[in-house]
Amino acid sequence: MNGHMDRNIGLRSQRSESPKIHDASRPTSLYDPYADSDAPRWLKFLWRNLSPRHVFIFIFLIAYPFIVSPFFTFQVGAQSLVLGLIALSLTFLGGYGGIVSLAQMSIAGIAGYSLAIFGSSSTDISLGWPWWVALFFSILIATGCALIFGWLSVRTEGIYTIMITLAFGVAFYYLVLQNYSLFNGFQGFQKVYPPQVFGVNWRDPIPFYFIALFTAFLGYLSIKWVIRSPFGIALQGVRDNPRRMEALGFNVIAHRVAAYGFGGLIAAFGGVLLVWYNGLITPGSVNTGWQINILVIAVLGGMGHPIGAFVGAVVFVLLQTFAIDIIDRERFNLVIGTVFLLIVLFSDDGLLGVWTKLSKRFGNKIDFPQSAAQTQRK
Amino acid sequence: MISAKRIWIHSLVGAAIAALSSSVTYAQGSPVKIGVLATLEGPFAAGGADGMRGAELAIRERGGVVAGRKIEMIRASSNANPDVAVNAVRKLVEQDKVDIVVGPLSGGEGIAVKDYSKSQPSMTFINGGSGAQATTLVNPSTNFFRFNTEGAQWMVGLGKAAIDKGYKRVMVIAEDYAFPYSQVQGFMTEFCKLGGKVPVKAWVPLGGKDYSSVIARIPKDVDALLVVLGGADAVNFLNQYEAAGGDKPMMGGSITVSQDVLNYRGKRRDSLVGTISAGPYADSFDGADWKTFVAAYQKNYPVSAGGYPSPSLFALVYYTNMKAALDALDAVKGDLSAGQAKYRDALAKLELRMPTGTVKLDSNRQAIGTTFVTEVVKDSQGNLTTKVLRKVDNVDQLLGLKKEEFQIGSRDVPNCP
Amino acid sequence: MKLADRQWGLLIVGTPIVFFSSWAIFDNPRLYFVTLLNGLTLASLYFIVASGFTLVFGLMRNVNLAHGSLYLLGGYVGFMIAEKSGWWLLAVAGGFLSAALAGLLLQVFVLRHMQGQELRQTMVTIGISIVIADLLLWSFTAQVHQMDPPIWLQGPIRDIPLIKAYSAYRLSLLVFGIAIGILLWWMLTKTKVGAMIRAGVDDRHMLEASGVNVDFVFAITFMLGAGLAGFGGVIGAVELSMVPGEDTRLLLASLIVVIVGGMGSVIGAAVGSVILGLAETYGLAYAPTYSVVFTFVILVLVLAFRPRGILGRPA
Repeated sequence: MNGHMDRNIGLRSQRSESPKIHDASRPTSLYDPYADSDAPRWLKFLWRNLSPRHVFIFIFLIAYPFIVSPFFTFQVGAQSLVLGLIALSLTFLGGYGGIVSLAQMSIAGIAGYSLAIFGSSSTDISLGWPWWVALFFSILIATGCALIFGWLSVRTEGIYTIMITLAFGVAFYYLVLQNYSLFNGFQGFQKVYPPQVFGVNWRDPIPFYFIALFTAFLGYLSIKWVIRSPFGIALQGVRDNPRRMEALGFNVIAHRVAAYGFGGLIAAFGGVLLVWYNGLITPGSVNTGWQINILVIAVLGGMGHPIGAFVGAVVFVLLQTFAIDIIDRERFNLVIGTVFLLIVLFSDDGLLGVWTKLSKRFGNKIDFPQSAAQTQRK
Repeated sequence: MISAKRIWIHSLVGAAIAALSSSVTYAQGSPVKIGVLATLEGPFAAGGADGMRGAELAIRERGGVVAGRKIEMIRASSNANPDVAVNAVRKLVEQDKVDIVVGPLSGGEGIAVKDYSKSQPSMTFINGGSGAQATTLVNPSTNFFRFNTEGAQWMVGLGKAAIDKGYKRVMVIAEDYAFPYSQVQGFMTEFCKLGGKVPVKAWVPLGGKDYSSVIARIPKDVDALLVVLGGADAVNFLNQYEAAGGDKPMMGGSITVSQDVLNYRGKRRDSLVGTISAGPYADSFDGADWKTFVAAYQKNYPVSAGGYPSPSLFALVYYTNMKAALDALDAVKGDLSAGQAKYRDALAKLELRMPTGTVKLDSNRQAIGTTFVTEVVKDSQGNLTTKVLRKVDNVDQLLGLKKEEFQIGSRDVPNCP
Repeated sequence: MKLADRQWGLLIVGTPIVFFSSWAIFDNPRLYFVTLLNGLTLASLYFIVASGFTLVFGLMRNVNLAHGSLYLLGGYVGFMIAEKSGWWLLAVAGGFLSAALAGLLLQVFVLRHMQGQELRQTMVTIGISIVIADLLLWSFTAQVHQMDPPIWLQGPIRDIPLIKAYSAYRLSLLVFGIAIGILLWWMLTKTKVGAMIRAGVDDRHMLEASGVNVDFVFAITFMLGAGLAGFGGVIGAVELSMVPGEDTRLLLASLIVVIVGGMGSVIGAAVGSVILGLAETYGLAYAPTYSVVFTFVILVLVLAFRPRGILGRPA
């Protein structure tokens, strides 16, 4: 009876039938050798939840840097993972919390700037603390800021949330642009590199790829775990019908603020990786263009499932890097804009939505749960 | 039966062909790939496009070949953001496998690319247009070369010209970032030394177009305004200033007195006559090399094909840097082997002959070059144009100060209220 | 003394303003009053552009983030017409009409099919604005375009007491803003179409049920909103010039105005634009370094304590 727990159980939509116990979309193995056996729980868990495609993707990701050139490892692979991680925080907030926040890149920027200020860079402002101390405080400060932003934004909804978070982002951008005593203004911080630990230079392509992969993987798993936890389920309930949740005794405001905080934590890790990837942080790293880019990445991939953020990031990075090879150098903004437009126009859920439609048409292999947007439509 | 003689002759011929073809391959050379990075999008898109034209012009002048090797120019684009610039350069170096990089265009990008260059010690990076002082003054890189003078050097000579015109108190109106800081420093270092005073500096936030508040703050007792804004912004400012009833004379930064300003159609047009400014070139300079350069630009890029009537600053700096890259390649006969060490040596010692004079590099691989002080005059047909007041040679990055006295320009440096 | 929320708000906001004004007038009265005029005239420009946005959102709940691109489009078209014909008024009309037409196409072919999906509309209009911005960049290049004001508005108005001289064109912006405001108010309150629009804002389904062709009303409203953006583009082009990047700036300003003032309310747009215009110009005059941060902090504070804007209504 304990079977497969539905990902979005219960309060998924007002029109829902009784909660599905068997998720027909998950490839169930008909043969479960561990059922009713005394095998350890983790083995049972793995057997039930993993499928060949998971294993294949895992192997591919591990082998990737050894198959392709260092350029592809670093600029395509690692960058996609890092941007995907930041977009993941938005996918979590938007897809599962109903909060579209444009401030995620700014939170990442706060983490990056803190790391540059507390750690070492080419500027005198940097305090030069040991890397793990700087790291700890950066994550702490960025998450704290996310909680504050969240507390200020919590009563807004829809376009107002987009606006207030955009306002945070723009205010932060101008703050770091104009202030020289702390943020070094237009110049920003250069030479912010990952530390040399265990004799490995972690900024080399392969080591950095693995840190990014590891962190992204942790982020992905933690999101998947949170959305099935009581907190996550309640958050999705708040997304779907805050009034009903309030009536049931849940503290809607607390749930939302906590969601902002958790999203901020993910974005903070992304921000640390981003500043290590770039080796620098300037106001240009947190400007309005980047805030919109993160939204584009999340929507492009699809906000219905956490993997969407990474899918979107890969497509975005590939477009950014290679569009100028395909089309006249100066017009590639047009290419990115058009691709994005087409996907948003014709798919409910970005690329994942396209995949779902295609796989429904050509067979019933893999399916992603209905997107938040679909369930929200009244 | 094949005679020994025949075998002998065949092998001789074979060996000769082999030797010839390998030397021919060497002399014909694999093409040399030069990556050019400019801002083809964002705020400097127009400048970036002209920069590409300048770089291409230097290649076309040589017929697309240098030291027997064909030149392959690979373009890359950025948007004035340092992280985008580094990504673009990394793609040029690691994916497109270029031999030399020429770029970037904007100051912040230049510093980031310089830092990147340290991680690629066997690659040579030559500047495109970036003019931040810190690029070669703070943590310079041994494989980053800049053959164009930077923002502060471009203003040397203007301070004296201002004093000569009787301007003793000047108000500065400039945008709030690194390039205007350097321009103001170039001006003030001389101006303050000669007794001038700058009571107010109005730093306008980047991108702001509304100068009404700045105009309201202009004190009554200044003699002139030093306006360090882009040409189009300057016209905006002039329009708003004129409409608000202002009448003080203006001095321009290096990008201020552009075609936009000279074509100004407002009522105060006549009062623009006498505006002094300074920069790395002057449209009306009558040097032979300059005239050749302008003619070549106009021939290759007529206005109908998208070029400007006269090459812009960006075309000039990209042309200069690309020409340096090619001249040095000539000097080492196209030999980029052994981590390009010989090539970099040649670059460091190069005495570059460029359209406005000769350029040498200092110990930080920064150009020492010529600055022109110009004045706006009316020609016989009543059009506004510039004439060269003075040509200052051998302007170095420390502006004639000693290393200990020199500080990079910022909002408050230098100061003489 | 028990004070209501509203009175507390006014007190908290009003006291620093009074203190600041007293100091400023004492220190440099000319600067203070010139800045006041600057702020009001800038507010008029923002109001013209933002009123279109608020109409569209208030009625149709259509989030049109391509509003800034419509501003730019109107400005460029107006610029071309002014170059060719030399008539500034013709340019203004051209800007209005071209933007209105573009807006109509946008509404009919794109946004109508996404009614109710706010996020999707946001994303689609962002995509459209990126595409339009790049197309405009392609056609007009990144060069800055300057438009001249008509002869009868050029030059300063002199001999004003205390201020001495002020730009005639800038003052005319104030006149335009007030005129548009009155026109809109008249249209919304005194005409039939206006009544339908107001009814639609309150309850769309009821309006449909009472037999009104709602699609037609929506189309007209969207055209009007877009046309206002284009009109703003032309008159703004003279004062602030046309350059890629202006679209984002004006969009941001419209969003701030409408959010601070409250969506769907023209008076709210007026209040919001006055607040934004004054905050920007006083910030630039007295504390230029952090003026923009200051503007956005105001937005954040308004939204934190009045999530629907000052005059906004709950949905």
